[in-house]
Amino acid sequence: MSAVPAARPTASAEPPAPDPDPAPAPDLSLLLVPPRARTGWRLVPARVAAMCAVELQKLRHDRTELYTRAVQPALWLLIFGETFTRLKAIPTGGIPYLDYLAPGIIAQSAMFIAIFYGIMIIWERDSGVLTKLLVTPTPRAALVTGKAFAAGVKAVLQAVVVVLIAAALGVAMTWNPLRLLGVVAAVLLGSAFFSCLSMAIAGIVLTRDRLMGIGQAITMPLFFGSNALYPVDLMPGWLQAVSTVNPLSYQVDALRGLLIGTPSHLPLDFAVLAAAAAAGIAAASALLGRLAR
Amino acid sequence: MSARAAGTPAAAQAVVCRGLEYSFGHGRGKATRAVDGVDLTVRTGEVLGLLGPNGAGKTTTIRAITTLLPAGPGMVRVFGHDAARRPMEVRRLLGYVPQQLSADAGLTGRENVALFARVFDVPRAERARRVAQALAAVDLTDAADRMAATYSGGMVRRLELAQALVSAPRLLVLDEPTIGLDPIARTGVWERVEAVRRATGMTVLVTTHYMDEAERHCDRIALMDRGRIRALGTPAELKDGIRPDTPAGAEPTLDDVFRHYAGRDLADATEGDFGDVRRTRRTADRVG
Repeated sequence: MSAVPAARPTASAEPPAPDPDPAPAPDLSLLLVPPRARTGWRLVPARVAAMCAVELQKLRHDRTELYTRAVQPALWLLIFGETFTRLKAIPTGGIPYLDYLAPGIIAQSAMFIAIFYGIMIIWERDSGVLTKLLVTPTPRAALVTGKAFAAGVKAVLQAVVVVLIAAALGVAMTWNPLRLLGVVAAVLLGSAFFSCLSMAIAGIVLTRDRLMGIGQAITMPLFFGSNALYPVDLMPGWLQAVSTVNPLSYQVDALRGLLIGTPSHLPLDFAVLAAAAAAGIAAASALLGRLAR
Repeated sequence: MSARAAGTPAAAQAVVCRGLEYSFGHGRGKATRAVDGVDLTVRTGEVLGLLGPNGAGKTTTIRAITTLLPAGPGMVRVFGHDAARRPMEVRRLLGYVPQQLSADAGLTGRENVALFARVFDVPRAERARRVAQALAAVDLTDAADRMAATYSGGMVRRLELAQALVSAPRLLVLDEPTIGLDPIARTGVWERVEAVRRATGMTVLVTTHYMDEAERHCDRIALMDRGRIRALGTPAELKDGIRPDTPAGAEPTLDDVFRHYAGRDLADATEGDFGDVRRTRRTADRVG
């Protein structure tokens, strides 16, 4: 199979003069040659990089979102965390509650960013941005993966903010670079799953209003039905079952183990997160085309 | 002619649609047939205008050609490639400007074009120069590093043109490119399209519901109404075709041609569904 670059039709009107003519007409020489198609395994990473680059460019132009999104996790740590640390009501295995909470808040703020990606993709559909990208040689899966990683990039920046706030509040966290790299990986994978979940739902419900309702309806159960705020052992049986199938719990477990050093199941956590991200990407890619019709 | 026969002129045609059908809102007996057996051939190198009222099926036809619709009844080939079965091959040949203003307002003009250079695999070494040429081709060099949010409607359209041109497409597809623009901006968009076409020889497929634009800028016009192509030809051919039915001494216009084939006036024929009209209005508002 060949993705042969388009040959310029020879019968075209007035082929441009090859000699560099400094006429007022702009030089369009490169616009006559289609770029060589990238094929094989390098296609998807290249597209993912392009999508992430765009996300970073947008953040560079307008950092408002970065700042405003830092408010909520800061409040959780400052108000909820500081209060419950004093209450000592939640058994955290000997560590201050604030330390216990900080990784949960990283996971929460990452999820809240990611869960908005479905609304964003519907907005991009309505504005024509998505439609236009769907007409480029970008496989649906690459587009979705690109968005998923872009959500992850935002979430990682958010995690840095939370880590700094937590450090300022005296939370004892690791500064081991390898462990921090693990934190980045866990945040990326979790964000990939939740953004794809949101985009998959967008592909089913197709309108912003419906998605907003559903987003609200699933975010809180995912958050409270996880170990972000309290240990799973404290939950009633049915909620423990929810927590077992909730990828957020595995993300928090990994973050807590890496950052605070609590006992955790890192291989299982990363396996679940990777599988969830892959399933999310597959589901969202399959449903993405529905948005363009 | 059969598009299947290898080496026939079918491959020399930019677009061949045969028996294209598409319905929306399947289920509950509410299906509306947006496209109802469209046969259309776009010749390589021409500017073909798809002219018709809102709801005629123009955008649906464009979506089938731009690989956005799943395979259905009928066939669409773009330079010989089946749009439903080999979408990636087709997309490499396409430059597409949708009806909505689709530039990303959160990026600069240059970044908007650079994104499309990247997703069409323009190598890094060449990217900056190619992006600069695309911006120069639409006269946006001076505004290139401003945020697209600060652009006027006409500038956004020209920016989208640059996004479509950066990959050197063989077929440029423009869906209502001048909708909502003031006459000066409309002329500006068309001038750029024509200059680029003169320089590159690309094929252009454009939808519009402005008769005057279609007559002035298109080599051939396909009149579309109620999901079908009602007539196809050069503006002169179309007018000559109805001359026998025109009162002696009167010079037929494209409006007359439309009335002749569609059985009603173009101005009266707007019957797009809610979403269609909303999309048009939204674009018009943003261009405003």
